[in-house]
Amino acid sequence: MTTLSPVRPEGERPMGFADRLLSLPFVQRSDALRSFILGAWLGWQIESNWADPLLFAVYSFARPIASVMILVVMYSVITDGATQQPIFAYIYLGNALYIIVGGVLGGISWAVIDDREHYRTAKQLYTSPLVGYAYLCGRGAARLLIGAISTIIVTVFGVLLFGIPITIGSIDLPFLIASIMLGLTSLSGLGLIIGAISFQLGRNAWQAGELISGALYLFTGALFPLDILPPVLREIGLIFPATYWLEAMRRALLGTNMIGFPTFAALDNTAIAFILLIMSVGLWVSAAFVYRWSMRQAREKGVIDLETNY
Amino acid sequence: MSSTPLAIETHDVRRIYKIRGGKRKGEAKTLIALDGVSLEVPRGELFGLLGPNGAGKTTLIKILATLLLPSSGTAKVDGLDVTTQTQEVRRRISMVSGGETSGFGLLTVEENLWMFARFYGLDNKTIKSRLAEMMQMVGIYDRRSTKISDLSTGLRQKMNFIRGFISDPSVVFLDEPTLGLDVTAARDVRGFVKDWMAQNPDRTLLLTTHYMAEADELCDRLAIIDRGKTLICDTPENLKRRLQSETIFHLKIQPLRKPTSPENVVEAVPGVRSVTIADQTDFSELRLSLQGEEALPAVLSHLSGRGSGLLSLEKREPTLEDVFIQLVGRRLDEDTNLNGTGEER
Repeated sequence: MTTLSPVRPEGERPMGFADRLLSLPFVQRSDALRSFILGAWLGWQIESNWADPLLFAVYSFARPIASVMILVVMYSVITDGATQQPIFAYIYLGNALYIIVGGVLGGISWAVIDDREHYRTAKQLYTSPLVGYAYLCGRGAARLLIGAISTIIVTVFGVLLFGIPITIGSIDLPFLIASIMLGLTSLSGLGLIIGAISFQLGRNAWQAGELISGALYLFTGALFPLDILPPVLREIGLIFPATYWLEAMRRALLGTNMIGFPTFAALDNTAIAFILLIMSVGLWVSAAFVYRWSMRQAREKGVIDLETNY
Repeated sequence: MSSTPLAIETHDVRRIYKIRGGKRKGEAKTLIALDGVSLEVPRGELFGLLGPNGAGKTTLIKILATLLLPSSGTAKVDGLDVTTQTQEVRRRISMVSGGETSGFGLLTVEENLWMFARFYGLDNKTIKSRLAEMMQMVGIYDRRSTKISDLSTGLRQKMNFIRGFISDPSVVFLDEPTLGLDVTAARDVRGFVKDWMAQNPDRTLLLTTHYMAEADELCDRLAIIDRGKTLICDTPENLKRRLQSETIFHLKIQPLRKPTSPENVVEAVPGVRSVTIADQTDFSELRLSLQGEEALPAVLSHLSGRGSGLLSLEKREPTLEDVFIQLVGRRLDEDTNLNGTGEER
């Protein structure tokens, strides 16, 4: 006999907020906005999975704290517990923020494989008039939100337990807001490129985002300053927006408490924001082309609804 | 909606798949799934595509539903080119496939349908009224708050049907919609299709199936497709009328022994136009198409000569399956050759 889930009472529909947004006249007129909101709503239902709050809490809180603690222990062993050194705040914050980078870069490609292989709904979705890139960005936004929650928790944890020097006075609020907006725009452009290419991949598509975010971890200054890298490898880091975003966020949060390194010494906050702006524009223009090309290729090869049963 | 009288129009559509693993390194192996299919389906018609597995039905539907590009030729839905006017086509169509176990299992029936209705830009009031009406119509209203993962295959397919029809599409593609359903659920689905077409006479429905009775019951017109080619296209009545001059018998006989020589087969008996044989565990089933009843004694004598006694005999009116056998030379559920084994009988 089938065991049924509890029936959700009338009036407690989880689409309530999304429904109100979707009822706004300008949203109703825009396929892209509707697709984004519905993608984000669906992503949140999947990612948060409120049916099991314990699992959600472990995933969102305990896992990132545990992973950052490994780093803290390693650092403490090597430096004999010198957590008051500015380099500790540099490394700690870089790792906390990199949770978001991983979420944004991997979130979209994960949504592609999730729809295609796990839920097997690609056929239903891509014969409806959704705007694919907006829907995928919405799915990625849900992952970003989960990542952002984890980042905030890990950061607050670091401030309270390890004395990471973030204070009201150290935060440059306008620059922080600009950094968040520009950073997320550029990273989501890169995430969309990876997601679009995932349509071409079969069973390995789920690894695409994680592979790239994992590789960038070494070159973007998340774990150690770029100055430590050989000049050739340093150049690799300088072509990715995550490098500038991490630098911008550290500056915005730590202010004068931040340790500086020669690589970015010549760039003031405005210059870094400008670079992120240029990268955002470039990546979104590229993403538009790559997405169109990839969808055309996917229709050509017949792989939009590919199921490999991996 | 477009003013064009044709809801679906294909002209010489070919689709070739490249398959990995050619005979030699670097050599691409190809499979021709569609080989020059031309169809015209007027608005308001329930059109069927009938053919065995691998005939090209799903490939054609995928092209029309914008999931796949044709290798050559043109395909239009509601007067719009499926290759270049993709988004406009998608606003007007929907697709429901049979045997789907898909769905966002963590959503409830209502949430899932709400989401898809919203993709089509429907407002809340319309969604609410259509959902209530359609869920009651197919009998899943009381399961609206149940998670999809907890639905049976039949209920899930009913939900998929509502998803396909809730946007009030101009053209609906139903790909084997009753596949895997029990008799009652399949009957409900067919009933829903008939009611919807009756209530929306300007809408068009393209159905693929390999259930002959389903095609006969539902379709205004149908095309028989095999190995990527359209063999014939007409109303079920006209197709069956083609066989009026033939006499069809269905025989159940004791298992038939192999012929002693290539000439000693049922087809060689005078008056036999075509024969198909399906072997069961304890008996064989023959479907005979004869020039006239007078040919029957010779057939029975032939069978007796091969050690096979008659268990039952029935004379039948021509069916679509008989039309299919006449055109294709094999039964719908067979793969290739006369009896699916390549063995002459």
